[in-house]
Amino acid sequence: MQILPILSSLRRHRLTAVLLVLQVAFTCAIVCNVVFLVAQRVQRVSVATGIAENELSVIHSSGYTARENAQARHATDLAVLRAMSGVRSVAAVSWSLPLSQSDDSYGVCPDDASRKQAMARRSADGTSCVQPSMYDGTEGLIGTLGLRLIAGRDFTSDDYVVGSAHKPAVAVITRALAQRLYPGKDPLGQSMYLGDAVIRVVGVVDTLLRPNLRTPAVDGYSVVWPQKPDGRTVTYVLRSAPQDRARLLREGRQALLAASPNRLVNPDRMEPYTDMRARFFQRDTTMIGLLVAAGLGLLFVTALGIAGLANFWVQQRTRSIGIRRAIGATRGDILRYFQTENFLIVGAGIVLGMALAFGLNAVLMTHYEVSRLPLFYLPIGALALWLLGQLAVLGPALRASAVPPVVATRSV
Amino acid sequence: MFAYYMELALRSLKRNPVLTALMVLAIGLGIGASMTMITVLHVMTNDPLPERSAHLYTPHLDPLPLDYTHGGNGPDPADNLTWPDAMSLLRAHRGVRQAAMAGGTLLALPVQSGLQALYAAGRYTTADFFALFGVPFEYGAGWSAEDDAAGAHVVVLSDELARKLFGRADVVGRTARLGELDYRVVGVVSRWDPAPQFYADSTGSQFSDIDTFFLPLSVAVNEDLPVSGNESGWSDDEKAGSSKRGAAMSWLQFWVQLDTPAQVADYRRYLVNYSAQQKALGRFQRPPTEAALFGLMDWLAHRNLVPNDVHLQLWLALGFLFVCMVNIVALLLAKFLRRSGEISVRRALGARRRDIFVQLGVESALIGVAGGTLGLAIAQLGLWSVRHRPDDYARIAQMDPSMLAGTFVLAVLASVLAGLLPAWRACRVAPALQLKAS
Repeated sequence: MQILPILSSLRRHRLTAVLLVLQVAFTCAIVCNVVFLVAQRVQRVSVATGIAENELSVIHSSGYTARENAQARHATDLAVLRAMSGVRSVAAVSWSLPLSQSDDSYGVCPDDASRKQAMARRSADGTSCVQPSMYDGTEGLIGTLGLRLIAGRDFTSDDYVVGSAHKPAVAVITRALAQRLYPGKDPLGQSMYLGDAVIRVVGVVDTLLRPNLRTPAVDGYSVVWPQKPDGRTVTYVLRSAPQDRARLLREGRQALLAASPNRLVNPDRMEPYTDMRARFFQRDTTMIGLLVAAGLGLLFVTALGIAGLANFWVQQRTRSIGIRRAIGATRGDILRYFQTENFLIVGAGIVLGMALAFGLNAVLMTHYEVSRLPLFYLPIGALALWLLGQLAVLGPALRASAVPPVVATRSV
Repeated sequence: MFAYYMELALRSLKRNPVLTALMVLAIGLGIGASMTMITVLHVMTNDPLPERSAHLYTPHLDPLPLDYTHGGNGPDPADNLTWPDAMSLLRAHRGVRQAAMAGGTLLALPVQSGLQALYAAGRYTTADFFALFGVPFEYGAGWSAEDDAAGAHVVVLSDELARKLFGRADVVGRTARLGELDYRVVGVVSRWDPAPQFYADSTGSQFSDIDTFFLPLSVAVNEDLPVSGNESGWSDDEKAGSSKRGAAMSWLQFWVQLDTPAQVADYRRYLVNYSAQQKALGRFQRPPTEAALFGLMDWLAHRNLVPNDVHLQLWLALGFLFVCMVNIVALLLAKFLRRSGEISVRRALGARRRDIFVQLGVESALIGVAGGTLGLAIAQLGLWSVRHRPDDYARIAQMDPSMLAGTFVLAVLASVLAGLLPAWRACRVAPALQLKAS
């Protein structure tokens, strides 16, 4: 293919060609980063909670007065909810559930020496202590949530204490926390030091995400302990078949109010668990939508620019195309001419765009929580833009190749 | 002459209707996206109390121990004041008006049957609060400093909460039940919702929270009512670090009105002196110069209420606009240069370069006006979608007239700028050469 004539022809349209190269470069830089941001957000919103999300519903109840007997009310409520048809199991928690955004966390140390060290420093940083999230709840919580117990046992009735004033003697922790606190050891039977209390690990669950997310490294640090909620506000967790959730929420509210009317069961605070999860990630899903829209918009505008310019150039060169055809160029030659020209322009844009993409990524890294752009984005981005360019130029190029040789003999 | 250029421009645009439409669409999309995000940023950095903000200040002390390290994600405990410090500042009475405050959420029980119980968000504060911020009363008035001192069970309700509890608004003198206690209603305020809620603790939803009741801070301390903001303690002694009256727990916000620069300077000096005195007493450990006085807008800037996502969205929109503009420059350039023949004829007939420049400029401006109109519609659509996000700032995403005009000016300016280079390039076409070529 003759590249030199293309280059010398482009030199005549230097300014326009440079503008097109610039546009492709900026599009390439922005779209590469946008795709990367989308990938990061998608990874964030698809994190596993470790619970049976599709089978759970939550109902929030708030008693009017703190003077009532919370234990009696919770026991009655649980019995009422359990009696509804379709409920497989039910448990009460104070407020903590994965992604519920209400967190209860304590500093926990694997041994007494590190506890003293952390106390002296007034911080768990730099010691082997961590700040896991604590999940309280009534009997059967582990089964109701659908947690996968991979070692040890569930709690027995004797393990339970009432209210946050008392610390239970045993706990079940996540695998991630076990590996952090007791690396290389069997976590069963180990002791956790929490303030003045010593708590024995009796079980390990596979995954249980925290109510709030910080960084992936610590998001799986959770403890379930046999502490019954004892406040006038309580959250009931119901497990049922997915299709029963809406009905159970409706009937559950009525049943609770019938059992004792002296309380607030706010319809805004009862929902299938999946709604709670969706709310937690709402900003991320909005952002994903915006990023995708912006990326597609940019590609569209760039394709538009390429097609528009090619169109002009074809019109402008009709006469010279005719001459080339008259002296023996085939239709394929003309088609390839425009395709090659586009390939060169987009190629120059991509080279510049790659540099810009890394520059943009560096700027984003200093101001936002963005990591380094992986290298494999570059060939994919290049391929996508080349493809886009070829598609955009195809129409005008075909029109150019259809110019009959006889045009050469006409004066304008 | 202008009318003639308009006619020429229209004729030229009509010759390539698809291309014209695409250029208008590109400007419209770019402007629409940018103006949506600029508007969101504009309303989020708005002055919540335009008439008073110049005279409102918030004092800050640093009572934290020297060895206290502020860990990672949590709010800074030094953003708030402890009870003893807030009460000292209040009693010193160095400002024109001053008030200490904290947020709280209480379960409100309806008085009239048939109404629903609800959680009401409100504020525990001191007597000057209403005059300090200019809260408008519908019925009654606030409480007095004597009520504060006595811990009187009085409450000021918002019009909204009064209607939810009593079914009507003129309820001064009646009794409202909030949490576990009864309060005598002394006033009802009409809708007052500065956005952002600059005086609240940093952990709340700054743009969506509205206070629906106000009651004396002394009651909240006496009865240990729940506080909804950040309560940070830093004492090994659990009691001092977690009780509301404790000297080692910060949970209060404090605002003061200072009318003249001299008063501001005096107050700054007073804060440093107070800190020095506390340090001499052994309570404070950090240098007294840590004490600071923020103006309202400075405080909002310091708090940085705009989420990173919004910044990112703004940059994305501006990047999009930029690419759209480069696109239009290229298209206009190709378009104008294709008309070299026509231009050289006009030049040969006596048109000056300036005339050609203006003629082509009018054409680009026309595209800008059309693109701006489309961009305005797209921005309204964008803001509508922002208002339907569940984000805290969703409800305030509205375009005011100045932003409306700004959108239009930006669109026309952008497209005229985009047309400058092509028009300049085209008006340099030499008359003779082009005539010969055709």
